Amino acid sequence: MSIDLNTCTGCAACVVACTAENNVPVVGKKQVAKYHEMHWLRIDRYYAANRKDQFDDVNVLFQPMLCQHCDNAPCENVCPVAATNHSSEGLNQMTYNRCIGTRYCANNCPFKVRRFNWLDFTGADSFPDNQQPLIDEGGMDAIVMDMNDDLTRMVLNPDVTVRSRGVIEKCSFCVQRLQEGKLKAKKASRPLIDGEVKTACMQACPTDAIVFGNYNDKESRIYKIRKEEQTKRTFYALEAIHVLPNVNYLAKVRNTDRHVGVKEEEHDGGEAHEAKKEEKKEAVPSGH
Amino acid sequence: MSLLKYESTLREPLVDGDYSVYREVTYGIGQWNLNKTIGWGWDITNFVWWVGIGHAGTLISAILLLFRQGWRTGVNRAAEAMTIFAVMCAGQFPIFHMGRVWDAFFVLPYANSRGPLWVNFASPLLWDVFAISTYFTVSLLFWYSGLIPDFATIRDRAKTKARKLWYGVVSFGWTGSTKHWQRHESLSLVLAGLSTPLVLSVHTIVSFDFATSVVPGWHTTIFPPYFVAGAIFSGFAMVQTLMLVTRKVMKLDDYITLGHIEAMNKVIVLTGSIVGIAYLTELFMAWYGGSKFEYDAFYKYRIAGPYGWSYWTMMTCNVISPQLFWSKKLRRNVAFTFIMSIVVNIGMWFERFVIIVTSVYRDYIPSSWSVYYRPSIWEVGFYLGTFGLFFTCYFLFSKFAPVIAIAEIKHVLKTSGESFKEKMDVIEKESVEHFAHGHAH
Repeated sequence: MSIDLNTCTGCAACVVACTAENNVPVVGKKQVAKYHEMHWLRIDRYYAANRKDQFDDVNVLFQPMLCQHCDNAPCENVCPVAATNHSSEGLNQMTYNRCIGTRYCANNCPFKVRRFNWLDFTGADSFPDNQQPLIDEGGMDAIVMDMNDDLTRMVLNPDVTVRSRGVIEKCSFCVQRLQEGKLKAKKASRPLIDGEVKTACMQACPTDAIVFGNYNDKESRIYKIRKEEQTKRTFYALEAIHVLPNVNYLAKVRNTDRHVGVKEEEHDGGEAHEAKKEEKKEAVPSGH
Repeated sequence: MSLLKYESTLREPLVDGDYSVYREVTYGIGQWNLNKTIGWGWDITNFVWWVGIGHAGTLISAILLLFRQGWRTGVNRAAEAMTIFAVMCAGQFPIFHMGRVWDAFFVLPYANSRGPLWVNFASPLLWDVFAISTYFTVSLLFWYSGLIPDFATIRDRAKTKARKLWYGVVSFGWTGSTKHWQRHESLSLVLAGLSTPLVLSVHTIVSFDFATSVVPGWHTTIFPPYFVAGAIFSGFAMVQTLMLVTRKVMKLDDYITLGHIEAMNKVIVLTGSIVGIAYLTELFMAWYGGSKFEYDAFYKYRIAGPYGWSYWTMMTCNVISPQLFWSKKLRRNVAFTFIMSIVVNIGMWFERFVIIVTSVYRDYIPSSWSVYYRPSIWEVGFYLGTFGLFFTCYFLFSKFAPVIAIAEIKHVLKTSGESFKEKMDVIEKESVEHFAHGHAH
């Protein structure tokens, strides 16, 4: 997957699409306040200001952050029961019914994209009636009950497992769509064509910032972006820790319409906001 | 005479703990104040803390046995019991911190029908399973094999039929024959040999949970020796706490002498200094290593920042205050030792808290940095519950088993005999009235 930060407007359509496609539970206000939200995809914001205390004129950078499907994934080797592992196609996959919920993978994920089902958010738990007592005590919002009747459950995507309490979940690169596409191609006795399968986030993106495909296919968009068209802008998140992500970003280039001179750099000095540094780093072409 | 009269007071935390665990299993870990960034908080802090405490017993029994430290016989039995109960308490946390504890058996590498899906031998958590269960088993065998001759002694002196039967069963028909003793001695030696590497391996492996990760503040190679030293440090402190109470309540002053207390305080000052050096080395490496994330983790978010107070609590309790034990007078002061033993255990609890929480709460990506973490009532309840479990077990032990190794103490009776003779000298010089007054009750 490649995400172009130049065209990303931070509209969060991808977040909504992902939530709808993957049956990501709605947890309610109280649980969000406890940092228990379940989004598989989030939009990180970085602010670049000339000085730390100057907020009237800031540049914002949006970075959609999702599971990077690292080839050297720190989450995979720490799971004691091998509930998360790497597929032969390079997906970092989660086996929900194997997960025992030690949360070690989430601790060890440098991108913090793994989400734990802290409570019974979906009504899918093996313990009956364990939402109401917590709602009565004020620990949880009643909205989690919405998914408990058969009619409302019709909104759920039948191709995606509804996760129960106590397991970790995260972006699967819409593996259900990949699987469907592969089966269709197989029935037609042909290889999967590039662009035939779209992830939900890619489909929803109004600016086509997200491109998904098979990097081993030299004709694919993703290959062309990384190797031919955008070699200068391609970078990977947190390259220094060598987790080898399968998601690359294309650095944002701003036309500031003014000379970015030595003087201004000096003026920024050591006080530049961290995000500013982040942006500078992004401008450096990647070694990949 | 017995510590058991305090048991009912301590049953209450056990009940609280049971209820906390019941809630966690039924409703979920969301009742704890952990979040997407801080995946481990009090649970694993308490786990590492209890495991650390469970180190002293085997160290005293095995390593000091191999080093022929005769003084250990006064304290080894209770220390071993403490080890076993502490490891039992420690085990609660990794089990009940799981989201789906009913599937906990997945971590066991048993033959199953799930095809190639088995345990992940690359995971440090799996190493923990083996390390801790091995340690527990060997410590339990070691402790129990030492108890057999003592149970036989109690059986031989039992006044009631029921006692005789019970202690007869648990002493496995021990007669005290030369053959029995010979086998007992060789078994003890074998178990001591087995336990010695275990003392070092258990906490080394626990430290791998952190050392092998990519989280800044966890990802350091210094952890194994640092954790082992810390474990011995906290273990000895806990032995002190318990022994001083046992000594007072059960009037064992003649068996657990000031010499014992002083020797253990020396170990505390040594290991305390080792952890102190480890803390400073960590800070040095965070600067010298040149990793920005690690530098920030230590200098911005650990020694300073919202959790700075916990770092400095740790520093004060673990590094600064044990240095007072360089003074011989303080080393031999029972009240001071008791206070220090508690201070050290508070400090070591904070060490684990600092390592776990202040590393994960702000790691790589600022958007996921967490709010301030406070434990919820159920996390505290669970922790108190393990105290209930620990003291219930310890008090039952002190009621039904000899807290001093009767058979082993006979080896060192010479020194005790000498101190007894000294005492007799004093008594002989006393006036009759004074003696009568002193021994009237």
